[in-house]
Amino acid sequence: MAEPLALKDHTGESRIFFDRVTLGFGLLLLLTLFLLARMFYLQIIQHDLFATLSDRNRIQVQSLPPIRGLIYDRNGELIADNIPTFQLTLTKERVEDLDATLSKLDELVGLSDDEIESFKKRLSRRQRPFESVPVLYRLTPEEIARVSVDSYALPGVEIEARLVRHYPNGELMAHAIGSVRRINEEDAKTLDSVAYSGTDHLGKLGVEKFYEKTLLGTVGYQQVETDARGRVMKVLDSVPPRPGQDLTLHVDVGLQRAASEALGDRRGTVVALDPATGGILALVSKPSYDPNLFVTGIDYQSYAELRDSGDVPLFNRALQGQYEPGSTLKPFIALTGLMAGATTPEFTIHDDPGWFKLPNNTRLYRDWNWKKDGRGGHGDVNLQKAIYRSCNVYFFDLAVKLGIDRVHENLALFGFGLNTAIDLPEARSGLLPSREWKRATRGLPWYPGDTVNIGIGQGDMLVTPLQLATAVATLANRGKTVVPRMLKSGVELPQQAKTKQLDNVDQVSAEHWDLIFDSMGMVVHRGNMGFGENGTAWAYIGRDIAYQMAGKSGTAQVVGIPQGEEYDEEELTERQRKHAWFVAFAPIEDPKIALAVLVENGGGGSAIASPVARKILDYYLLENRYKVAQADD
Amino acid sequence: MSQDFVRRMPSAGFGQTRTVGLGEKFHLDIPIILLLLMICAYGLLILYSAVGQQTAPVVNQLIKIGVAFGVMIVMAQISPIFYLRIAPWLFVAGILLLIAVLFVGTTVNGSQRWLRIPGLLNFQPSELMKLVIPMMLASYFHDRHLPPLRKHVFWACVMILIPVLLIARQPDLGTSLLIGASGLLVLLLAGISWRYVFGAFIAGLMAAPALWYVMRDYQRTRVMILLDPERDPLGAGWNIIQSKTAIGSGGLFGKGLFQGTQSHLDFLPESQTDFIVAVLAEELGLIGVTLLLVLYILLVGRGVVIAIQAQDTFGRLLVGTITFTFFVYVFVNVGMVSGILPVVGVPLPLVSHGGTAILTLFAGFGIIMSVHTHRRITL
Repeated sequence: MAEPLALKDHTGESRIFFDRVTLGFGLLLLLTLFLLARMFYLQIIQHDLFATLSDRNRIQVQSLPPIRGLIYDRNGELIADNIPTFQLTLTKERVEDLDATLSKLDELVGLSDDEIESFKKRLSRRQRPFESVPVLYRLTPEEIARVSVDSYALPGVEIEARLVRHYPNGELMAHAIGSVRRINEEDAKTLDSVAYSGTDHLGKLGVEKFYEKTLLGTVGYQQVETDARGRVMKVLDSVPPRPGQDLTLHVDVGLQRAASEALGDRRGTVVALDPATGGILALVSKPSYDPNLFVTGIDYQSYAELRDSGDVPLFNRALQGQYEPGSTLKPFIALTGLMAGATTPEFTIHDDPGWFKLPNNTRLYRDWNWKKDGRGGHGDVNLQKAIYRSCNVYFFDLAVKLGIDRVHENLALFGFGLNTAIDLPEARSGLLPSREWKRATRGLPWYPGDTVNIGIGQGDMLVTPLQLATAVATLANRGKTVVPRMLKSGVELPQQAKTKQLDNVDQVSAEHWDLIFDSMGMVVHRGNMGFGENGTAWAYIGRDIAYQMAGKSGTAQVVGIPQGEEYDEEELTERQRKHAWFVAFAPIEDPKIALAVLVENGGGGSAIASPVARKILDYYLLENRYKVAQADD
Repeated sequence: MSQDFVRRMPSAGFGQTRTVGLGEKFHLDIPIILLLLMICAYGLLILYSAVGQQTAPVVNQLIKIGVAFGVMIVMAQISPIFYLRIAPWLFVAGILLLIAVLFVGTTVNGSQRWLRIPGLLNFQPSELMKLVIPMMLASYFHDRHLPPLRKHVFWACVMILIPVLLIARQPDLGTSLLIGASGLLVLLLAGISWRYVFGAFIAGLMAAPALWYVMRDYQRTRVMILLDPERDPLGAGWNIIQSKTAIGSGGLFGKGLFQGTQSHLDFLPESQTDFIVAVLAEELGLIGVTLLLVLYILLVGRGVVIAIQAQDTFGRLLVGTITFTFFVYVFVNVGMVSGILPVVGVPLPLVSHGGTAILTLFAGFGIIMSVHTHRRITL
């Protein structure tokens, strides 16, 4: 373009330079104005927005979880406590390399793949940044020490102390009071997220579940000024949490332990009530499990073991187990008959061959002592003997005379077929068959043979141990019904306590009550009368008993015995044997306790279940250091 | 270059008589020194707040300023002729150092920017190039025809591109762009035809998509974050959201000195270095920011006056470029902190904590004063 040797045009050059510099300076002023306009926009026009953002930044609301209410037994013994446990937590924002930190922690305390996976799940469910997420629960002192020593190399990793539910009696009380478990994803969907913010646990079973609202307490919060790492610099305002209310239950840990020891290693269940109040004094279901395992999350393998065990330790036999009542139903059938006038104290049958037959039917309904060679039977049997000898034929006859409708109506008065429990959410209602029930469920009419079986508590009838114990309490009360309950004091009983209360059984005369009491007393105390004349339980528990006890044994069939066959324990496998029942109340003159004992596959009720009942009553009436007097409400 | 200590003489620019004051006698420019001192004092105050009212970092910064001030005075004593002569050698040395950095440099935060000379200070050659590039180009155009000829523009571009590419390799995109900008400023001030300027602008726009592909991931993220900080509010967008919050919550008068919550509660990252203007904006409000910008503009204005008064091409181009580059730093920093430019690591001149940058800045002002006080006496 231009020639390379062109001379420098100094004037022109400085004019161009002057132009460019002024232009540049003008542009520069414009850009400065632009910056100022930007600042004006942020600081004046959007000031409110950013002021709010800034406040929100530094001021955070933190929830203060309430302390869960404690649970005491009737004597003030703590049965559900809160203890501090230490958990390892991690704040993602403060961790430089998550995977490196996790593998470092694995070196220190050992993390399984499961634990890492569930940690990552929790991490993804986190609600706010800078919220710490638990990696490991229940650190041992050694683990705490290991992590603490290396904490300088683990930014974002902290050991936090929390109060966590603890059941000092372990598996002893598991089925009686239920337990809390960690809130899982499913629970979180339905829970009030405010009330449970900061709370990790929820009552999932039993009393813990039923009184959840009361036990939980009210969440508190504090407004804190934090730095970007979430560290609290200053507490600005705080509303303390209100701890949950403490509960006192009717249950007696000593009695519970006595019942549990009396059952020993056998599968079975005991429910004992205070007849005066319906308060449950003991509720045992064996085998049991340690509820503490579930509090901070049980590992999958241990859970699978519990779940898949043939002994079903997680199953609450006392509330959910539905069994044939067997002969324990006989006193109630007797009362039903007396109420309806279908029998009298004097009415006597002759049970010679040991079987009962319906008219125009060839089927034999056998007595328990029936023998193929015809040497069975109880001879002359009145109501009293029918009870203390547990004569089947008498009750076959009586049930048929009554008919199913009256049987159904009168048994319902004692709560059979109904769930009358108020604060035991797992309780079931059993089954009290009726014509309507059979038609509705099986599409079949009611046959007279069905009635015959009901007479001795067999056939379709099912009761839960709680139900049977409650009915026995009504019996012990001479007809005054009670509502079974766990709660003794602490909060108001729920409304259901009134609506579930059955009418008292008042159609029974005093002599008839006496007759039943006497007959049940003879089950235990009538002895030294010779073969076939003693109370069924006398030989096992009646010889040396120090108080007057009313009882009734029973057996619940597990497998049907074919027509014409004897029940031979030796030929059956252990799981096919009958369940042994024993119901009792004592002392007869002023009942303080009513109970039902079931030993699964135990065989005979008198031989197996009655000693269990005796031990429990012995403890409660003789050994109990708190004395029976205090058992009154 | 001769210097006459004549008391009364006509001014070079305006033909008025003027007094050679004490400043001129020691080759100093009083307005520049006063403005520098004011900005530094203001900056130290903000720094004192930003570090949570600790004295140690402030004293440390004060020492650095003192050293840099000394360097400035020394640089002012040296005649511009010397800078003119030494420029090509400095340029060649600078390029060699940049190449050396790529091979034996120390890596800090993933970038290889530092040369560690055993026994001596750590040293960033790219920092040196901030002064050397304008010096080299100014000296190149000093005895050439202006407006520059096409082939001179070509060679000038080569001289700019070599260090720019070397620095971009480190990688230090921010510095390389700023150094490239300072080179282009020389071309603009030298009177390069607007056709080239617009041509380059259009070419740049067309090259932008290509640039996207050569950018590293973190650089792309920064651009994306600028467009939408909310896309990663706890990660890369955090800085920008927090600094905007700090600025915006300051309002007109600010929350009061030492009262900023964003910075003191650690929400604001880099609050002592690149994001220090957010601390100022939060605590002293729009008023405080305006005051700082006014001081900067006065300083830049003084530089512009000196550039206009300069007597030769070298002086003009060098002073003009250093002055405008200074403003570019201010603009890029404030623009980035207030969320209108992507986050590139450019400190706020004279205020951000950090030594090397301050040294370069003061050295630049030393050169400006040298040019101004070594003028030949003319009519």
